Amino acid sequence: MTPLIALFVFHWYPLILAICVFGVSLGIAAYSTYFERKIAAFLQDRLGPNRAGPYGIFQPLADGLKMFMKEEIIPNVSNKFLFILGPSIGMFTSLITGAVIPWGPNIRYHGESLPLQVADVNIGVLYLLGVVSIGVYGVMIGGWASNNKYSLIGALRASSQMISYEVAMGISVVTLIMITGSLSTSQIAAEQHGFMNEHWLTWNFFKNPLTFFIFFICALAETNRTPFDLPECETELVGGYHTEYSSMKLGFYLFAEYVNMFISSAVMSLFFFGGYNFPWMDKIHDPNMLALAGTCVMFAKTLFFIFVFMWIRWTIPRFRYDQLMNLGWKILIPLSVINLVATGFLLWGTGKL
Amino acid sequence: MQALTNRSKMVSNKQMTFLERLYLVSIFKGMLITISHFLKKKATISYPEKHRPISSVYRGQHVLKRDENGAERCTACGLCAVACPAEAITMVAAERKKGEENLYREEKYAAVYEINMLRCIYCGLCEEACPKEAIFLTDRIVPTEFERGDLVYGKDILVEPMEKSKRIDVSKRQTPDVLEFKTHSEYAHNQLWDPKKSLQTKKQSH
Ligand code: SF4
Ligand code: SF4
Repeated sequence: MTPLIALFVFHWYPLILAICVFGVSLGIAAYSTYFERKIAAFLQDRLGPNRAGPYGIFQPLADGLKMFMKEEIIPNVSNKFLFILGPSIGMFTSLITGAVIPWGPNIRYHGESLPLQVADVNIGVLYLLGVVSIGVYGVMIGGWASNNKYSLIGALRASSQMISYEVAMGISVVTLIMITGSLSTSQIAAEQHGFMNEHWLTWNFFKNPLTFFIFFICALAETNRTPFDLPECETELVGGYHTEYSSMKLGFYLFAEYVNMFISSAVMSLFFFGGYNFPWMDKIHDPNMLALAGTCVMFAKTLFFIFVFMWIRWTIPRFRYDQLMNLGWKILIPLSVINLVATGFLLWGTGKL
Repeated sequence: MQALTNRSKMVSNKQMTFLERLYLVSIFKGMLITISHFLKKKATISYPEKHRPISSVYRGQHVLKRDENGAERCTACGLCAVACPAEAITMVAAERKKGEENLYREEKYAAVYEINMLRCIYCGLCEEACPKEAIFLTDRIVPTEFERGDLVYGKDILVEPMEKSKRIDVSKRQTPDVLEFKTHSEYAHNQLWDPKKSLQTKKQSH
């Protein structure tokens, strides 16, 4: 006889997990803004925010409060419905991507094995790609609805950039799917179990590093991070697609970028660096302990990638627009196609296809 | 063309190779540079808690001095206001009443004395102009304010406190030359007029 609370937990488990993922995504995104500035400062021999609380750790709260208190301006000439829809889509899409990511191995609760994944759909990878491309609409609608030339140019830039890099990203994901043979994210994570099997390292990165690099560059472009942050290029476009935005709607756009960064870091660690898997994980026998350790490992990898994102941002300047397009269409896409074909032949030659 | 110095560098327009066009190598190099700065000593000085060392002749917030007995030295002659290139000083003069001798050193004093700290350029000319050694610039930094009006300092801020222990020390800021100069009382302009003494010095100098 399972106790009542356990039944309650079983019934509402997806909802509880979804709220947890939601909260964690927002929390990490909020603190990314803090660490962004801290890391920027440290890389530039400065101290960074240190006034709000010890070491400035309440800075995100202060920023959030400021954003809410600011005057909300909706331009008269804008399309009001779309103007509000833009940031909502941006925030919404970046938050729902977390649903298909397995954050850790299954936990065991009152004899039931519960996955640490909100929705274990068997086409998780496609879901990710699909949602990411909806994210473009948030930017595009926002830029168009502002009825401002600069916003429109920013939005056009953003959408053309995202669409061109999505091609290379899609092809590199296809390569990945050929290696793993599955579209399910939980399957991909499970296949990279441990660190070594008898033949080779299990993580996909070691099977095909080139795919990872292409995916990584595309992820930078998808999240509008430097060196691909042309959509919000202040020097040329005033503020890019969010020129007309103020108050928390602007906050949503900026925040969505950080949530995107968190999710794409999680996706990278899941696709290429084993997700929650770590070396010698078979030595831990208690499933709950394993889940705890696995989740920590997953988050450590994710945070590391967030760090790399920031590290890159504060190292290199942004590309010129033609360089960006050249890199996308003339280098990354051919490279990913070659990679795809070569991987195919390799798999065929070794008889794994 | 012959180069004038050997510092000039030949610029070439050669095409970048494929590897260079990937930018990966140079980006990686750049990232190594930035990460090497990560744990370096930070250049920031957390200002209100820590102060930069300042020059010994730093010119900061003014002080209106009192004499040994606690009387204000300023006689509202207005020479400082005339000397001030930024026209930052204004004052209203008043006559000393009977019984106020312990408050004001001279028969005329400044009832209102204001310096606009936003106009002031801290040149120190007021200090040089003052015949009574009443005004000095000190090594104190003028803090920032939220309102412009708060930066017009009146006598409540400028005049130093009466208590001996809280007097503002202005000797620290003086250069050795000035200190040397002040040891010669015959050069000082603020001695009480003493005909005999002035005759003496005149004789000496002849
Ligand atoms: S320091 Fe110069 S600018 Fe400032 S009050 Fe004195 S004379 Fe005027
Ligand atoms: S501070 Fe000196 S120069 Fe200025 S009014 Fe007073 S006595 Fe005259």
